[in-house]
Amino acid sequence: MHFAFTEDQLLFRDTVAEFFANECPPEKVRWSWDDEVGRDASTWAALAEMGVIGLTVPEAFGGMGMNEIDLLPILTEAGRYAYPAPLVETVAVVAPLLAESAPSEIAEKWLPGIADGSVIATVELDGQPFVNDMHIANLLIAQRGDRLFAVPGENVRSTAQVSVDGARRLFSVEWDEADAELIASGEAGVQAANRAFDRGAAATAAMLVGLSEQMIAMTVAYVVDRKQFGVPIGSFQAVKHHLADAELKVSFARPVVWAAAYGLATNSDEVAREVSMAKCFASDAAEVVARKALQTHGAIGYTTEHDLHFWLKRSWALASSWGDALWHRRRVAHILLDN
Amino acid sequence: MDLNFTPAEEAFRAEARAWLEANVPVGLPSGDTAEGFALHVEWEKKLFDARWSVVSWPEEYGGRGASLWEWLIFEEEYYRAGGPQRVTQNGIFLLAPTIFEFGTEEQKARFLPRMAAADDLWCQGWSEPDAGSDLAGIKSRAARDDERGGWVINGQKTWTTRGAFCNWLFGLFRTDPDAARHSGMTYLMVPLETPGVTVRGVERLDGDEGFAEVFFDDVFVPDDLVLGGVNEGWGVAMATTSSERGLTLRSPGRFCAAADRLVDLWKRQAAAGEHPERVESMRDDVAQSWMEAEAYRLATLADVTGLVNGVSQGARSSLTKIFWSELDVNLNETALRLLGPAAELIETSPAAVDGGAWMKGFEFALSGPIYAGTNEIQRNVVAERVLGLPRK
Ligand SMILES: Cc1cc2nc3c(=O)[nH]c(=O)nc-3n(C[C@H](O)[C@H](O)[C@H](O)COP(=O)(O)OP(=O)(O)OC[C@H]3O[C@@H](n4cnc5c(N)ncnc54)[C@H](O)[C@@H]3O)c2cc1C
Repeated sequence: MHFAFTEDQLLFRDTVAEFFANECPPEKVRWSWDDEVGRDASTWAALAEMGVIGLTVPEAFGGMGMNEIDLLPILTEAGRYAYPAPLVETVAVVAPLLAESAPSEIAEKWLPGIADGSVIATVELDGQPFVNDMHIANLLIAQRGDRLFAVPGENVRSTAQVSVDGARRLFSVEWDEADAELIASGEAGVQAANRAFDRGAAATAAMLVGLSEQMIAMTVAYVVDRKQFGVPIGSFQAVKHHLADAELKVSFARPVVWAAAYGLATNSDEVAREVSMAKCFASDAAEVVARKALQTHGAIGYTTEHDLHFWLKRSWALASSWGDALWHRRRVAHILLDN
Repeated sequence: MDLNFTPAEEAFRAEARAWLEANVPVGLPSGDTAEGFALHVEWEKKLFDARWSVVSWPEEYGGRGASLWEWLIFEEEYYRAGGPQRVTQNGIFLLAPTIFEFGTEEQKARFLPRMAAADDLWCQGWSEPDAGSDLAGIKSRAARDDERGGWVINGQKTWTTRGAFCNWLFGLFRTDPDAARHSGMTYLMVPLETPGVTVRGVERLDGDEGFAEVFFDDVFVPDDLVLGGVNEGWGVAMATTSSERGLTLRSPGRFCAAADRLVDLWKRQAAAGEHPERVESMRDDVAQSWMEAEAYRLATLADVTGLVNGVSQGARSSLTKIFWSELDVNLNETALRLLGPAAELIETSPAAVDGGAWMKGFEFALSGPIYAGTNEIQRNVVAERVLGLPRK
């Protein structure tokens, strides 16, 4: 029994964290809101150079051949810095799906490009109607019932949807089967889609942990600095207890998320339950933390001039995508109660 | 990362499971009544005879020298088999770690084996009528008696769990009344048979005589019953309270077993078909309670991984205490809502479900946010010592 990351995993994570600290400061997130495309190719390319984009691509296709235990801590850092590009879709979902479930000619066609950063991939699964970052994606993996398809980006017709998080780029998509390649169908298709969904949910949970930790850090810094009645507001017990509640929520979501990473990486029999617990706890935590953070910032947190709202809105968006807390709690209920 | 136990640990689990399944008593009455307590002590002696009472202690004191992981496994199996809460807990889980850390060799040899064997039964004397959360406000006084080589205690302790059934008390007493608030206290171990001690049982919320008040009237305690240094009791006591908040007192096994029983209760209620809408509407809450227990188990695995690699929990143990105490309340509350009109029926009522265990469990759970440092105090600790907010 050893429920912790290795030195190497932590080192990789810290390297990526340092990269985001330099390359994705709050001004960059603000730029993503304001810019029409909102994504810069150089950051993605640098992440590919570091091995992050190809982390889950098998070594035979030029990737690192690593798993969720290596990946999720890195996604937590991406969440901490509110990095807006489709890491969950490309790295956590599509690359493992192609490696695991696609015929070899399809895998060979796309995986090397993912690893070297030239292919950005996104995904549309049943129950997940809005597609992230279709505007920059070269590849869409899409589900139709029990069939999964690879659709080249140029064959997808998309309509922009607008998220409360202005750094997100969401789309409704349409495409024709004649323009797509079948990856899997029948039982294999359903299994691949379920696995893809679980990977997306766990990866998003890891991001939510990072978002929550960052909201707590920002709020702690603020309440130590801000004075009312001649003292820092962080000395008031009501403020302390809001923050203690926030810390409590994220502290008990974190190990649940790591357990889901382990469950995915080791093909656990109980992976559905493990992943749903992770997304449920991480979504709930982020929602509570966001509330506490806003409340203890007061009106300054209620402006779009202050950075806090980037994190609040990303939390709301991610808490409800890939299954919200309610959906995942119900899935656990079904697993526990209906047999 | 590896969430498997080793074959040796699994063998330990199998051995514990086999013994517990064959020996755990069914339907013991509450250990917080005089008759119930005696039956619990009998059970604890049986545990000791099979060397299961204190598995993590060295063999010379009655343990098996088990690792922290094996201890967790044992706890899991103990509650899985339906084992009752340990009436020896204040000794084995709270005092013993302090004796291991601060005691002399003579004290270890004298107290630990008898504690493990349930020959000595210990209660905890911190709180006083005017000192609850503000423990440093204690007034009970131990005055120096050079002639006899010891201390003479006058004062009162209160809320002493199972004080009316125990024969020893450990606690804090003021030995230097002129010292600053957190100094001048000494950690003493007091035989309750000593002349001048009066113990009065007090009925708790659940109707059991689980509390006691302990009065000290010129009670003499010899020097060899001082644990740690004279006037250094605060630091020694803090070691005990951190065991109480953290791992040792509330291992996840108890909550996981209770969560499994809750799932089972839901299934039985669903099968009985009496309140289908109520049962249906409780699905999410049952799942939430089960997940909270599981989250506590996972958090514990992470904490123990830290501990075995030399990283202690420190002030984060306050987060642990808030989490287990609140999950316990939620879990029992969920069960009561599931029971609806039967929720209020207690043990002695013929129609009570599961012998009224859920109301009893609820009443007990409600004390969790109060004892071992109230959850308000724990939230202060989290804010100040985990997050670094200013104290004033
Ligand atoms: C079941 C049970 C078993 C117990 N067993 C023992 C035992 O064996 N030995 C023993 O010594 N004691 C025992 N206690 C007593 C326990 O330690 C005290 O109840 C606890 O320390 C709180 O003290 P108090 O009850 O005096 O409440 P108070 O300290 O008076 O607190 C009352 C309320 O005020 C709040 N409050 C107080 N100070 C603050 C603050 N600074 N900030 C915010 N809120 C505050 C508290 O959180 C609480 O909500 C037991 C208690 C219970 C319920």
